[in-house]
Amino acid sequence: MQYTLKLNDRQHTVDVDPDTPLLWVIRDNLGLTGTKFGCGIAQCGACTVHVGGQPVRSCSYPVSAVGTQSVRTIENLQDHPVQQAWIEQDVPQCGYCQSGMIMAAVALLEANPNPAPDDIDRQISNICRCGTYNRVRSAILAAARRA
Amino acid sequence: MSDMTENTALTRRRFLAGSAAGALIIGFNLPAPGRFGAALAAGGGDTPLVNGWLIIAPDNSITVRVASSEMGQGVYTSMPMLIAEELEVGMDQIAAEMSPVGPQFTNLAFNMQATGGSTSIRWSFEPLRRVGAQAREVLRAAAARTWNVPLAQTRAERGQIHHTGSGRIATYGELAPLAATLTPPAEVSLKPRSEWKLLGTPAKRLDSAMKATGTAGFGIDVQLDGMLVATVAACPTFGGKLKSVDEGPAMAVKGVRKVLRLPDAVVVVADGYWPARKGLAALQPQWEPGDNASNSTARISERLQAGLNGGDGARAMAKGDAAALAGAAKTVSATYEAPLLAHATMEPMNATAHVRSDGVDVWLPTQSPGLIPGIVAKLTGVAPEQVTVHTTFLGGGFGRRFEMDFMIQAVLASQAAGAPVKLIWSREEDTRHDFYRPPSAARLEGGVDGAGKPLALKARICCPSIFERVFPQFINNGVDSTAVEGIADTAYDFDNLHVDYVMQDVGVPVGFWRAVGNSQNAFFMDGFVDELAHAAGRDPMDFRRDLFTGDRRNAALLEKLARESGWGKAPAGRAQGVSIHHSFGSLVGQVMEISLQGDAVTVHKVTCVVDCGTFINPDTIRAQVESSIVYGLTAAWFGEIEIEGGAARQGNYDTYRMLRLAQMPAVDTHIMVNDEAPGGMGEPALPPAAPALANAIFAASGKRYRSLPLSRHGLRPA
Repeated sequence: MQYTLKLNDRQHTVDVDPDTPLLWVIRDNLGLTGTKFGCGIAQCGACTVHVGGQPVRSCSYPVSAVGTQSVRTIENLQDHPVQQAWIEQDVPQCGYCQSGMIMAAVALLEANPNPAPDDIDRQISNICRCGTYNRVRSAILAAARRA
Repeated sequence: MSDMTENTALTRRRFLAGSAAGALIIGFNLPAPGRFGAALAAGGGDTPLVNGWLIIAPDNSITVRVASSEMGQGVYTSMPMLIAEELEVGMDQIAAEMSPVGPQFTNLAFNMQATGGSTSIRWSFEPLRRVGAQAREVLRAAAARTWNVPLAQTRAERGQIHHTGSGRIATYGELAPLAATLTPPAEVSLKPRSEWKLLGTPAKRLDSAMKATGTAGFGIDVQLDGMLVATVAACPTFGGKLKSVDEGPAMAVKGVRKVLRLPDAVVVVADGYWPARKGLAALQPQWEPGDNASNSTARISERLQAGLNGGDGARAMAKGDAAALAGAAKTVSATYEAPLLAHATMEPMNATAHVRSDGVDVWLPTQSPGLIPGIVAKLTGVAPEQVTVHTTFLGGGFGRRFEMDFMIQAVLASQAAGAPVKLIWSREEDTRHDFYRPPSAARLEGGVDGAGKPLALKARICCPSIFERVFPQFINNGVDSTAVEGIADTAYDFDNLHVDYVMQDVGVPVGFWRAVGNSQNAFFMDGFVDELAHAAGRDPMDFRRDLFTGDRRNAALLEKLARESGWGKAPAGRAQGVSIHHSFGSLVGQVMEISLQGDAVTVHKVTCVVDCGTFINPDTIRAQVESSIVYGLTAAWFGEIEIEGGAARQGNYDTYRMLRLAQMPAVDTHIMVNDEAPGGMGEPALPPAAPALANAIFAASGKRYRSLPLSRHGLRPA
């Protein structure tokens, strides 16, 4: 099946099965590896990208469901305030979950530019095995102040 | 399978080119034979070298090779700091890259090129400073020769050599070609601590920007021309074999290239991960489950209990008089148990291999690159020198990536496919085919004297052995030190301490998990010490004071912990629990302050005091403390792999649960300042987490939990 995706402001046509998760189209067909595979069942959020401006877990989001919505991956962020705060506070450890964490944080701030710590607790459900959580919380608050 | 438009192809090329422009992931695209080969040769070529650890190029770029695998613990920054300190360069003037396999990168703690046991800084602390000092000295010598001035009139500062008499300056890059021809002095003097500019001060991580932009290259991100992608299913039952499989249904899936039968697994090779996974799902492999088919969690527990109750144990520690217990005013006896645990690294196991007749390249997130050439040589028939290992960033290691299983599968898949193959495990495969933290049971007996002071401790520990499989030569008189560490070598000064070990196979592969034996033994030990304190009618912190009379550092840490945590002064409705544990050369104390709301437990604050001796990057230490606490608390709350029909029941994060951001407590970390030898920091803050929590729950509820996870006892994090 051919799908034309609007991804990071460009059109891409891929020929894949309809049930192919968006994650694997992004990684294997389009060669963008910033978005990670963690669990395959939308539990960990390492694969978080934006579809139509909303954060989705792309490992469980079939390419056939994207339609005309625009897709945005970590590669599309350009020195974003969230990334600046991340680097300033040295949030990453192993770093594997961080693309998804950052995409979730960017979506949170786009919906709620002034989140309280409780909002972050409620809305950031991504798993980090290294335990960067406290720095993630603090970097999101710093990014909100910066924006 | 994919038909990319020109637009897409262009983007892909740009992306790859862009990646290659960042020095750290050069070589991801294509095998780059010779890149490191040339670099390792002494001098010559366009890239003058000072030595194999360091490349100083004529353009003044300085690249430091990092021998330890970066898996979050910060070695990609802290090891270069050691070199930079003596080289007299700022951290802003250097770049880091993963080292190849080479004798100079041998971890001197293990005598092999590997990362684990919180050893990186401990073994490299002096050698890496020496590397930096030698480079500085040849650069000074090159300047002295160039200017024809005495060596003593030259000094190094921020990447330049200055001539003190004339004010002349030359950059390291300018001096590098000449320096490369000089022999570094065998003896160099290292700067006294008072002159350190970098060490002991917070340094920015060299990998943060890459990791915040998605450009850090993990194993799973490797892309090669003509590369295929594979996935695998091993026999669900541990020790079982593949009997047969009809490859037809997989081959019918679009994009599937090959079905490979391994003795214990089936591999599907395809154009991408998704078709590989669909192909694998279509197969109905027939397994020969083997001897463990009836194994279960209950049976494992029975075996451990049987080991506690009968048979000879091996003596792991005999200090003082075991009979001292008979004279105790009060005695306590208790049995503790800890479950199997999976590592659950965020990046599932994966490796990429390209097997050719003239050599083999492997790209992978590994903790033990040094083991790979020999193993690959045996598998493929090439010479070990023809095997090139490209260590990527690791999406978590925690001991799991010490193992070679996934690497071997990738090599066999590439060999069979005649192409480069990236083999990726599903999360379920990763959880169900781990080398697990050994399940363990311990019986502890202890006593206090009439004054309520600790008198004696006896422990009998039963668990499977890790060393039996990986390093049998390290088993000493029947004792696997990893089974008893943290009890047999406890930091607590018991005058009378006797520890026995009973080795018991449980039909499940076991391996190194973060903090290894300390991870469960601290829970046993510090829970039991709390029980002794309670039996003596004493405050748990004060009781521990009597166990730290023999060591000034330990005593100082305890006092700092009591002060910083506000011990004994918790607000109304809150309770505190303490644990202090020594492992991997460092002592870590934690106080958890909690409150209970029914079965929900809120951890309001963790106060953590660390004595890791001389430290390199305090910011990394704070991060490692938080990291270890999350890892320890996750296990304490939820961690358990159950065995059913000889196989692991849990498969993914829905059943093998992880602590999430909302459940992360505030952590207040304090680092003791002294000039003792460096201790490890990747693991030592993990062991105290579970016992400090359980002791706090006891303080709040009067209920003593002697097995994990706490969720089994109906408790949950609020």
